[in-house]
Amino acid sequence: MEDEEKLEKQQRERREFLSWLGGALVCGAAVVAGDLGPPQAVAAGEPAAAAQVPPIPAIPEYDWTKHRWAFGVDATKCIGCLRCVEACKKENNVAPDAHHFRTWVERYVTLEGEETARVDSQADPVNIAASGSEGEYRFANRYKDAKVAKAFFVPKLCNHCTNPACVQVCPTGATYKTEDGVVLIDHTYCIGCQYCVQACPYGARFFNREKNVTDKCTWCYHRITKGLLPACVEICPVGARIFGDRNDEQSVISQFIHDNRVQVLRPETGNAPNVFYVGIDEDVN
Amino acid sequence: MEALFQSSPFTGYVYPNETDIPWTVLIVVYPYLTGLVAGAFTISSLYQVFGFHQLRPVAHFALLVSLCCMVVVPLPLLLHLGHPERAFNAMITPHVTSAFAVFAYAALFYVILLMVETWFVFRPHIVHEAQQHGLLSWIYRAATLGSYDVSDKAMSYDRKWLFWLAIIGIPGAHGLHGYVGFVFGSLKSREWWSSDLMPAIFLFSAIISGTALVIVLYVLSCKLRKVPIDPPCLKVMAYSLWGFMMFTLLLEGVEFASLVYRGREGYDMIMQFVEGPLLIPFFILQFGIGSVLPLAVITFFIWRGANDRALVVGVTASAVLVLLAVLMMRYNVVIGGQEISKTGKGLLAYQPPILGREGLLAAAIVLVLPPVLLSILVRFLPPWHDLEQTA
Repeated sequence: MEDEEKLEKQQRERREFLSWLGGALVCGAAVVAGDLGPPQAVAAGEPAAAAQVPPIPAIPEYDWTKHRWAFGVDATKCIGCLRCVEACKKENNVAPDAHHFRTWVERYVTLEGEETARVDSQADPVNIAASGSEGEYRFANRYKDAKVAKAFFVPKLCNHCTNPACVQVCPTGATYKTEDGVVLIDHTYCIGCQYCVQACPYGARFFNREKNVTDKCTWCYHRITKGLLPACVEICPVGARIFGDRNDEQSVISQFIHDNRVQVLRPETGNAPNVFYVGIDEDVN
Repeated sequence: MEALFQSSPFTGYVYPNETDIPWTVLIVVYPYLTGLVAGAFTISSLYQVFGFHQLRPVAHFALLVSLCCMVVVPLPLLLHLGHPERAFNAMITPHVTSAFAVFAYAALFYVILLMVETWFVFRPHIVHEAQQHGLLSWIYRAATLGSYDVSDKAMSYDRKWLFWLAIIGIPGAHGLHGYVGFVFGSLKSREWWSSDLMPAIFLFSAIISGTALVIVLYVLSCKLRKVPIDPPCLKVMAYSLWGFMMFTLLLEGVEFASLVYRGREGYDMIMQFVEGPLLIPFFILQFGIGSVLPLAVITFFIWRGANDRALVVGVTASAVLVLLAVLMMRYNVVIGGQEISKTGKGLLAYQPPILGREGLLAAAIVLVLPPVLLSILVRFLPPWHDLEQTA
């Protein structure tokens, strides 16, 4: 009996010590994070809880059932600077060429006397010639001598649809919809048949020629699950890209959808996109 | 550094990612081969199930043609996959909502069915050869699977098996190919593909291509073996070709007419495509030279009759044209569909590379493999009717 009591006492002391150590580490991490970078939406765990799940993670467990991510695009704000495209390419190691993009920007220009818009993106040969290389992004001033009646930019990316056609057609289930509303691809399981590339009506998917698998925008899942914003949203200098959690009524995305008359692309497909647009024309699809 | 892919030039506006065309000539070859399987099997079944005795000289041969095409079918897919070593993922964890996921199971089932049917058809020959001396007899002995009984009772039992295997095989072969049409027709992202008629069009064009292949290979085999061609057999195949071609043309016409008549979003671009880059491959090669011309030739034979020599030359030439037309049809569907941008505002121009895993050379090798396999297989399992009579 004495031995058992002694053992129990030792274990209790060990738990208390671990509990103290866990709390100290979490507090220390929070202080360091506060000193070194912008405040993140990282809630410090309860010391007791931390002690129960050693080793203590630097970031609390992410619970995907508690979020419902969505994306907003305010086309009235976009200035076509293409920093988002550059940031996305760098953040996600996307091939630096003019044929593979997780996000891109379209320019719609209607000239006086014309009824339909002229459309191009940063991948247009004229714009590549203006930037000097496929790895740099710029819209050439190609309409400077024309009389422009209307012009606007439209950022594009994966719509992370509620009923994604790409997920429907994947033969292995390598591409899937997460609980928090993001469509992802398991690059270790994808067979590279590209059926999903065909099925996406938005041209959001492409074939990653380095890895021989399909690739696309993940809304920077590696960032948003750590409380950060997608790279394109963070870099946008004018706030044309909005991201947040629809489960939080006070989030910017909830406010954006609530305060504006938003629309989605190609609603007739039944895919039910989760990228909501403001300020686009009927030409945009 | 060597380019990992070949980007396609475009006009108008296309999504930036579209310039790297996803499905190449190998995906043209894949439905072409499955079509040949279904068509050749149909000829075999017309004899086996429906009692078209005129087709007896080609019934067993058609079965071998079907088998040789079928074993090559997975090859273009495997060559196309980014990770062919993971191909079995689709079998281990099939995603039930995917039209592609069932392919491996359907193909496996069908290959087994074809092999079992071939075994029953050639069992008397296998048993005969197994009783000879020499090294080859050991292979035949293994192929008997221990069954040496070729008595009348056993043969009657075999015929029942053959009948039911063919009965299962018809929906199997046609289902396999109808499903290939569904792979394309069910996609709502491309107006050029998105059609309820696509499975039926694929199926009927499959039957004509398989019939045409059996005609060409039968005539060729007779020439090589220096034996006379059986005119009634050729005539029935030509008439079958004519009948199925009428259906194919009708379905293709209805599909194209409804696409134009509906005139949905992207219609302008489709018309621009049809009147421009598609003019020669579609209207002249596929429709004119590949369909209307052979149809006219065979119609002439039906109407006026022909002497044997004219029949052989005319029907064989028609069959060659039909084979080319169906290949063009596959190309125009698979590649054509990807050349019309999803934006509905632009067109791409795919230029297939000659070399490389997904090049024209690889596709040509895949297409040549079935006849090569067949030329080997007929030495082990001779399907020749004339030998059967003298044996």
